[in-house]
Amino acid sequence: MTAIPLSQTSPAPHKVVTQESPQVRRILILLALSFLSLFLLLPLVAVFFEALRKGWEVYFVAITEPDALAAIRLTLIAAAIAIPLNLLFGIAAAWTIAKFEFRGKSILTSLIDLPFSVSPVVAGLIYVLIFGLQGWAGPWLREHDLSVIFAVPGIVLATIFVTVPFIARELIPLMQAQGSEEEEAAIILGASGWQTLWYVTLPNIKWGLLYGTILCNARAMGEFGAVSVVSGHIRGLTNTLSLHVEILYNEYNFVAAFAVASLLALLALVTLALKTLVEAKVAQQASRGNHS
Amino acid sequence: MKFNTGLTAGLLILGLVCTRHALAEQTILNVSYDPTRELYEEYNREFIRHWQEKTGEKITVRQSHGGSGKQARAVIDGIPADVVTLALAHDIDAISKQSGLIPADWQQHLPNNSSPYLSTIVLLVRKDNPKGIRDWDDLIKPGVAVITPNPKTSGGARWNYLAAWGFALKKYEGDEAKAQAFLTRLYRNVPILDSGARGSTINFIQRGIGDVLISWENEAFLALREYGQEKFEIIIPSISILAEPPVTIVDKNADKHGVRNIARAYLEHLYSKAGQEIAVRNFYRPSDPEIARKYAHQFPTVNLFTVNEVAGNWQLAQHIHFSDGGLFDKIYEYQ
Amino acid sequence: MSNHKYHSGKHHSGKRHSVLPGFNLALGFTLLYLSLIVLIPLSAAFIHTAQLTWPEFWNTVTAPRVVASYRLTFGASLAAATVNAWFGLLVAWVLVRYPFPGKRLVDALIDLPFALPTSVAGITLTAIYAGNGWLGQYLEPLGIRVAFTPAGVFVALTFIGLPFVVRTVQPVLEDIEKELEEAAAMLGATRWQTFRYIIFPAVLPALTTGFALAFARAIGEYGSVIFIAGNIPMVSEITPLLIITKLEQYDYAGATAIAVVMLVISFILLLIINLLQWQVRRRSTKA
Repeated sequence: MTAIPLSQTSPAPHKVVTQESPQVRRILILLALSFLSLFLLLPLVAVFFEALRKGWEVYFVAITEPDALAAIRLTLIAAAIAIPLNLLFGIAAAWTIAKFEFRGKSILTSLIDLPFSVSPVVAGLIYVLIFGLQGWAGPWLREHDLSVIFAVPGIVLATIFVTVPFIARELIPLMQAQGSEEEEAAIILGASGWQTLWYVTLPNIKWGLLYGTILCNARAMGEFGAVSVVSGHIRGLTNTLSLHVEILYNEYNFVAAFAVASLLALLALVTLALKTLVEAKVAQQASRGNHS
Repeated sequence: MKFNTGLTAGLLILGLVCTRHALAEQTILNVSYDPTRELYEEYNREFIRHWQEKTGEKITVRQSHGGSGKQARAVIDGIPADVVTLALAHDIDAISKQSGLIPADWQQHLPNNSSPYLSTIVLLVRKDNPKGIRDWDDLIKPGVAVITPNPKTSGGARWNYLAAWGFALKKYEGDEAKAQAFLTRLYRNVPILDSGARGSTINFIQRGIGDVLISWENEAFLALREYGQEKFEIIIPSISILAEPPVTIVDKNADKHGVRNIARAYLEHLYSKAGQEIAVRNFYRPSDPEIARKYAHQFPTVNLFTVNEVAGNWQLAQHIHFSDGGLFDKIYEYQ
Repeated sequence: MSNHKYHSGKHHSGKRHSVLPGFNLALGFTLLYLSLIVLIPLSAAFIHTAQLTWPEFWNTVTAPRVVASYRLTFGASLAAATVNAWFGLLVAWVLVRYPFPGKRLVDALIDLPFALPTSVAGITLTAIYAGNGWLGQYLEPLGIRVAFTPAGVFVALTFIGLPFVVRTVQPVLEDIEKELEEAAAMLGATRWQTFRYIIFPAVLPALTTGFALAFARAIGEYGSVIFIAGNIPMVSEITPLLIITKLEQYDYAGATAIAVVMLVISFILLLIINLLQWQVRRRSTKA
């Protein structure tokens, strides 16, 4: 810690010393809230305002027409495949990194983080390079009547790619902080590896797991750039919700575009509500743990 | 956990297999460019009805829309298109050359250079034409904001560019250096280059950006229909380009899916009376002379030149104007 | 992704000769999965670029238009990350220290940019900042144009990077011991001095990490930017858009060349972030 300059010794203040004056507090709160309203609240309000511009009826028609339903279905499928896979990966990666010391650990950590800073456009492009007709596997796939890009598997792959780090990143610091004493004790008492994982580790990390899953899900359903490159935009077949928004927008159908967008915003809000709930649970558990 | 792995792997494999099957059942996929959304929505309904009447089979027509270049790339990379209906012949040439899915002489297989409907490039201005725009000349005046998409990614934008180029060549009697200076000044007046024609139209109409939109004629009429005559006006320039958006079968895909006869009928039906009427309803100029006469009053007379007259052919136009380091890039590289 | 609790405590517990089983299995699965989903696909970009000769590669990635796009992408990302760093610190401070009505709601809203699809963000921000938009109509008469200018790129990147700094700084601020601040006050430090010399150094590593994460995320961003940027070559064209542009001209090698440059930069940035965290952790275990 940096030393505190002692030169200015003034009489000790008799108010609460770790608080700012009310004016400063008010100004800071005001400043923070105006920044957030400008950048967060305004866009959120705009989505719902534009979506309901022509009333609820138009809104419901927009989100229940067949193409919108197909987009919802595809989005759910992609998330339903991507999340369990990333969950397994997250647990394995966190177990490796948090419970063991080995060389190259920081490189492995950076590699896990990589998909998160790779441009979504590049993420889509690499799958085109591999599975595209001009790519490595393209001709073979075509011969065997299989398609990856411009079909559901491509969208699933792109979704997995962009969400790989989410659960792992949530679990690694958590498991590092918890240490391995409990697991070691279980093993010494004769539990098998799987039993230890199932009865000791998982219960300890369940909230972190849920938290990571929620964020992973939000990102999976909202991904645009990567999915856009591999989708091919076939109506009713390879359009996810976020692509469907773009299509409606391009058809001068602004109200419908914002209606579908509001579904995604709603999803975001539900996600955030769930997350807050999980956080509250964690805090509750932590305080109970502290008191015992 | 094990259950999850099995389930997901199963789903993945199922997905791989199913998507192919879903497409194989008498479904054709039309990969098209941006401004044809409304046209094909109507035409597909008509064709499905027509085909059922003729053969008793019920078929599905799937659509994909996007910038013409982007769509051509999707076909090259393997989107299972049975027919493509794009903005310009060069994009289909590219599919033919890069993937071999379409024979090189594709343009000979259907009438009228494989273009069932035609269009041209016009100017759309705000009501009462506040900037007094009458012709291409007016677009290079200082203070006139021109909206047009990026010719490197948009087919429509290439027609726009070449229309202005043709005008400049005529005005400066074939002096290419002066024509180039003209285009440079024109593009200096462009505040946004969207990647597709539809994006430009939305920015002009919905966002209120710019004084004049260089646009497909059909796109301009459609904008009038969607947003009302009271807000915009169409200005017909003294001369413009004859745009021939081509259509063709993606032979190898259609054969593979066993839908060649449907795909062929789908495109041929575009030339029929019903198809031509639908094109007219969506503001495309019909290629059938008889229908064209019938609706002559709907389409203003414009002096039209062709791509070949002002740029040799599409290959040359692409190479000289739009390739990396071409004339279009020069406009932006020496500022 | 939200709480980057990298300031972990006892990580010395795991050792190479750990009694815990499953190292080989877990590492094996991790590597296999990463290879299949991330590494092999990414290597495709490098291999594809190898079709170009070295001078071709160099000319592609240093063409004036490409260089101009780096300048915009990195400049706007840097500006957005900087604004996010300062305002993120402020927001985190307010959320941790001060009670006010609706605090939980505000706290939950911070993650919105993670969850909202980027295309929706782009369309919405454009609707707000365009000349006839909610805010644009008031800004335009003042001569401030946001949508369709580099400023628009900045706004979009600020939006998507906002949660990073808040979420990295928040837990650290929560952990700062009141005793230190009290001691500082006892010794006569003003509130500002306490912040400057006690609190700020403590949150600086987290702040830097948040800044770097926001920066890395902004560089690659595509969906929200293309709607609000004017996409004019040399002025408001971002690097990911150039990759798309090259692709649409069937120039795969050129597209992957630029992609490779971006990939390398991303990876270097991540290594720096992890290095920073490693240093912080070492310092905290020493203390």
